[in-house]
Amino acid sequence: MAKLSIKDLEEIRNKVKKTAMLREGISNAKITVHMGTCGIAAGARTIMNTVIKIVEESKRDDIIVTTSGCAGFCSKEPMATIELKGEAPVKYSDLTEDKIRRIFDEHVLKGKIVKDYALVIGSEREL
Amino acid sequence: MEYRTHLMVCTGTACVSCGAFDVKKTLEAEIKKQGLDKEVLVVGTGCQGFCAQGPIVVVQPDDIFYQLMQIEDIPFLVEEHFLKGRPVKKMMYTPPGEKTEIPTMSEIGFFNKQRLIALRNKGLIDAEKIDDYIGRDGYKAFIKALTEMTPDEIVQEIKDSGLRGRGGGGFPTGLKWEICKKQKGEKKYIICNADEGDPGAYMDRSIIESDPHAVIEGMLIGAMAIGANEGVVYLRTEYPLAITRLETAIEQAKEYGLLGEDIMEQGFEFNLRIKQGAGAFVCGEETALIASIEGKRGMPNKRPPFPAESGLWGLPTNINNVETWANIPWIISNGSERYAEIGTEKSKGTKVFSLVGKINNTGLVEVPMGITLKEIIFDIGGGVPDGKKFKAVQMGGPSGGCIPAELEDTIIDYDSVNATGAIMGSGGMVVMDETTCMVDVAKYFLNFTQEESCGKCTFCRVGTKRMLEILQRICDGNGEEGDIEKLEELAAQIKDSSLCGLGQTAPNPVLTTLKYFRHEYEAHIYDKKCPAKACKPLLTFGINDQCIGCTACARVCPPKAISGERKEKHVIDQDKCIKCGACLDTCKFKAIDVN
Ligand SMILES: Cc1cc2nc3c(=O)[nH]c(=O)nc-3n(C[C@H](O)[C@H](O)[C@H](O)COP(=O)(O)O)c2cc1C
Ligand code: SF4
Repeated sequence: MAKLSIKDLEEIRNKVKKTAMLREGISNAKITVHMGTCGIAAGARTIMNTVIKIVEESKRDDIIVTTSGCAGFCSKEPMATIELKGEAPVKYSDLTEDKIRRIFDEHVLKGKIVKDYALVIGSEREL
Repeated sequence: MEYRTHLMVCTGTACVSCGAFDVKKTLEAEIKKQGLDKEVLVVGTGCQGFCAQGPIVVVQPDDIFYQLMQIEDIPFLVEEHFLKGRPVKKMMYTPPGEKTEIPTMSEIGFFNKQRLIALRNKGLIDAEKIDDYIGRDGYKAFIKALTEMTPDEIVQEIKDSGLRGRGGGGFPTGLKWEICKKQKGEKKYIICNADEGDPGAYMDRSIIESDPHAVIEGMLIGAMAIGANEGVVYLRTEYPLAITRLETAIEQAKEYGLLGEDIMEQGFEFNLRIKQGAGAFVCGEETALIASIEGKRGMPNKRPPFPAESGLWGLPTNINNVETWANIPWIISNGSERYAEIGTEKSKGTKVFSLVGKINNTGLVEVPMGITLKEIIFDIGGGVPDGKKFKAVQMGGPSGGCIPAELEDTIIDYDSVNATGAIMGSGGMVVMDETTCMVDVAKYFLNFTQEESCGKCTFCRVGTKRMLEILQRICDGNGEEGDIEKLEELAAQIKDSSLCGLGQTAPNPVLTTLKYFRHEYEAHIYDKKCPAKACKPLLTFGINDQCIGCTACARVCPPKAISGERKEKHVIDQDKCIKCGACLDTCKFKAIDVN
């Protein structure tokens, strides 16, 4: 490894910043893919892979991807919840790769809820 | 592909000793088996601090805290949590006396009252990866100091922060730097004191294990300010993990051009090496430490001259403790004003303590100055186990003293702690409950200093031995009238006529226990009783009317001191009794009395 300049050091910092932020739980958006047995059976795994791929493509370093268990609407799986910072979580159901891509582009990146696929806004408890 | 989840596996010394490396390996294997190895990353970190609950794994970004990890549970955990997204309750932490698990780290009392500066990266980085440190703004403070600040400005910033040395003495760090900076001479040295000899203390080890670059960066900034281009970390051989991690860190910093010649192309040179110390307590004293680096016997020398004027190889030398160094980058990055906002008027910032002894949450904590002892022991430490009563806390190791429960509202601040007769010290806190005998505690610490005395001064060498003999006599039930006065007289003379801090402070544990627990000494000497029922020779075992004559005790008594017919009350022959306590442990009918 050659010696670094101050600029190189800054570049390394920017590259690993995302990891650091993830470990601290700092984010502006959180995508939760529901991965209960029902979700996995309905194809949640594919949705998860797609999500990871599109988040990476977007080059955004403030988006967290996580999983949770069955959301209780087993017939509507696969499902995902999008939570933008300071806003109520939105649950999307019956996902496909295309749907999650659209949700990502419109909701996560532009802040517009995709009403066509949204199941509930807010957590179940508030329903 | 980016990882969505990071499993931060604590691989500090305490967790490693309960199998953390196996936990890490098994996690990695299971994650691979479930096909998650492209999504879930397993990271080995330094000490998380909650050592009582190890092995520990923290799941980020969800902040889920798993503890007391068992290898057998890992397949289940991986499937449930990382594949299906259902955090596993039974591996979460439940506070003593409560029934509900606490899922996230930030909700656990042990963590949420802490304020992290020296330990700012604990559990968040892989200590063996310099990039992890850089990602958390590592070396940013150094670059700022290198490109935007003059040495005078750096010194001023540290002075303004109010930082005082964390190695025990509490000398203002900025002032120390200024003195060394003003010395004439081409060559100067800086030293990091990582000798950490206090029994039960492991703050410095932990900082080096979890964040070695923080110490290197602190030293780089100090070197710039003082004008030194060579540094030594004096690290004890008994810390193999810390040595490896620091060696790795130094290598990486060299490769990146952060150590060596012409650093960051700015014309500044600084080289750093490790000197392994053989683990003598007295070698933590700065002049003995310097002698040891020079290859001489580790014995203190008289001061002045202070190391700032004539230190390593007779040249100006600045020596600071590990924790002191680890604070420096934070101060430079965040500014002295923000640092000085934390704490009390004369004690700024935070202090790391290792909490050990009779306490539920054994571990390492960093708290703001000004917090009370009670908050540390009860809110963070979770109080005393088994429903026993809190009796005292020993602070400052063998140079410190015991603070009694009545003074639990004492705040953590150099002056307030000194006012009790104890000292802040380097951060060891040993908690004692009602079953701890204070004479025995004083004897324990004095025994330590007596053995560690280098022998140069007569009073330290012989005086501590005489004191120890008196304490031994008192604990054996042979205390005499006048012993307390003799102890006090010897203590005063040892304090007066010892060259170094070891001798000057050695009597402190005896003096503070005499101050707050004199009645316990008196009970030992005059009534031949140990109120805490800890000194075996002072106990008498007897059998009361609860005895049903089951003969169980007679059968376990090693010297056969118990006799009696079946179904009749037994008796103990006091001449034969060796006070081993076997009968007490055996009797199911509470028929054994101890007095
Ligand atoms: C007997 C004795 C042992 C000491 N042990 C240590 C030690 O283990 N670590 C340490 O940092 N300072 C220790 N000190 C204090 C050092 O002499 C010195 O004051 C300190 O390293 C200065 O750093 P600071 O100003 O950052 O605290 C010890 C002092 C004495 C008298
Ligand atoms: S006080 Fe004790 S340890 Fe210190 S120099 Fe004297 S004999 Fe050695």
